[in-house]
Amino acid sequence: MQTFSNASSGDIVLAMADRIVENRAYLSEIDGKIGDGDHGVNMAKGFGMAAERLKGKNVSFGQSLDTLGTVLMTEIGGSMGPLYGVMFTEFAEKLEGAEEIDAKAFSDMLHAGLAGVQSIGSAKVGDKTLLDTLSPAVEAFDAAIASGKSFADALEALVAASEQGRDSTIDLVAKIGRASRLGERSRGVLDAGATSCAIILKELSLGASGKLH
Amino acid sequence: MQRFINNPDEVVEDTVKGFVKAHSDIVRLAENPRVIAARNAPYQGKVGVVTGGGSGHEPAFIGYTGTNMLDAVAVGELFSSPTAKSFYDAVCQANGGMGVVCLYGNYAGDNMNVKMAVKMAAKAGIEVATVVANDDVCSAPWEEREKRRGVAGEIFMWKIGGAKAASGASLEEVRATAQKAIDNCRSIGVGLGPCTLPAVGHPNFQIESGTMEVGIGHHGEPGVRVEPLKTASEIARDMCKIVLDDHCLPEGTEVAVLVSGLGATPLNELYILNDTIEAEITGRGLKIYRTYVGNYFTSLEMVGATLTVMALDAELKKLLDVEVRCTVVL
Repeated sequence: MQTFSNASSGDIVLAMADRIVENRAYLSEIDGKIGDGDHGVNMAKGFGMAAERLKGKNVSFGQSLDTLGTVLMTEIGGSMGPLYGVMFTEFAEKLEGAEEIDAKAFSDMLHAGLAGVQSIGSAKVGDKTLLDTLSPAVEAFDAAIASGKSFADALEALVAASEQGRDSTIDLVAKIGRASRLGERSRGVLDAGATSCAIILKELSLGASGKLH
Repeated sequence: MQRFINNPDEVVEDTVKGFVKAHSDIVRLAENPRVIAARNAPYQGKVGVVTGGGSGHEPAFIGYTGTNMLDAVAVGELFSSPTAKSFYDAVCQANGGMGVVCLYGNYAGDNMNVKMAVKMAAKAGIEVATVVANDDVCSAPWEEREKRRGVAGEIFMWKIGGAKAASGASLEEVRATAQKAIDNCRSIGVGLGPCTLPAVGHPNFQIESGTMEVGIGHHGEPGVRVEPLKTASEIARDMCKIVLDDHCLPEGTEVAVLVSGLGATPLNELYILNDTIEAEITGRGLKIYRTYVGNYFTSLEMVGATLTVMALDAELKKLLDVEVRCTVVL
C-alpha cells in the first residue's frame, strides 16, 4: 500500500506557498473581473507569511498545514482567510498523530477540510466558489480509490477533477460573495477562489505523489 | 497613480499608526494592532459596542470609536474583512461584563469572521449579539432584503446602538434598538469615477467618462444601471426616488438624512446634492429632523455620493441627540 511520510513532507506546503505567490498577479487579475482584484494580493500575503515561518525549520506536513491555516485565519481576514484557514487547520487536525499517510488518511483529511469550509460559508456546489473545485476533487479521489486505483492514480484523478471543477465556474453565475451582486454579469469568467483552490490541490497532490513509497 | 503611500502592502498599518497619533485623546491601539479601542473602554457595567470592516472607507470604521459610540473596532485590509481574531479581540476590548453587541455590514467575509469571533467569545464566556446592516436598496430587491449590503446606514446604527448602550440598557435592548435603527434606514450610492487599490495599481472597474453608475456599492459593486451623467438636481431626485419608494414612509414621518461623499467628490458638490435632496424629501411630506453632509463613509478615491434616510420615532430621536465624542462630527 502506498503511503507518504508526515514528518518529512512539510516542504509540500512550502511549494504550495511558492505557487500561490507566483500567481499573485494572475489571481488578482481574475478576481478584478468580477471582484475587487485583491485575491492574489491577500493570498500571496498569507501564504508568503506562513512560508517565512516554516522555512528551514523541518516541520511535518501536518504541522505546516496547521501553521498555514492559523496564519490565514488570524492574520488575513476577508473571505479567503477564514475559508482556507478552516480548510487547512481541519486538514492538520485529521493528520495529528499520523506517521504515514495512506489513501484513507488523505481522504479523511480532504473530507474534514471540505466539511470545515461548508460549515463556515453558506455556499453550495454551483454557486461559483472554491467549493466547485474542492467538492468534485474530493469525490473523484474517493471514487478512484473505491474502484481499486492506486493512491498515485487517485491523486491524478483529484487534480483532473479539480481543474474541471475550476473551469466549470466560467459558465456559472455567482450566487454568493461580492461577485453575486453582478448577477448575469458574473458569467463568462473564472472564479478566483475556485482557481486558487485548483492551484492548492494540484500542488498538494503532486507533492504527495512525489513522496509515495 | 499619484498617492501618498509608502509600501502598497502596508497601507493599513501606516493608516492606523497615523490615526492613533492624531486621536490619542479619544482612541488607543489595542495589543492587537488591528484593533482600535476607545481610550477608556471597556466600561464596567455597560454593554460593549463593536464593529469592524475593511479599510479604505475612512472615517469608517475606526473614526467612529469613542465615547457614547463604538467601544472598539476591528480593522481589515483595504476592502477586506478583518480576521475573526481581530473581531474577537475587539469584543474583548469592549467587554464590560454585560455582553457585547457587534454591529456590522452584510458582506460574505464579515459574516464568516464575525460568526467565528462569536464562537471564540462564547468559549471565553462573553455573550455577543449581532446586528447585520442591509440598508443598500439597489444591492437586492425588497423580497431578498437579507442579501442587501450594509453601507452608510451603519453610521446611524452605530450612533443609535452606542447611545442605547450608554443609557445602561441590556444587551438585548441594545441589539433590538440597533436593529430598529438599521431597519429604518435606506441608502443609495451613485458613482462617477472608480477607485484603485494601491497594491493592485489599476482601477478594478470602469465608469466611462460622461456616465454614472446608479446604485453602486462601497467597493465599486455595479449598481442597477449605467446612465449618462445628469445634473446634480436630476441625480439627487433619482436618489431620493429610489430610497423613498423603497421606504414607503407615511406623510409627517420625521427622518434623519446623511449625504456622504465616496472619497474624491468635493464637499461643495455634496451640498449641491443636498439642496435638492432636502426639497425632494420635504416635498413628499416628510420632516427632516437632522441632516449630515460630509465624507462619512468613503471608498478610497471613488468619485460619487451616497444618500441615507433613516425614519425616526421618539426613541430614535432621543438617541440620535445623545452627544458623542469620536473623530467625526455627529
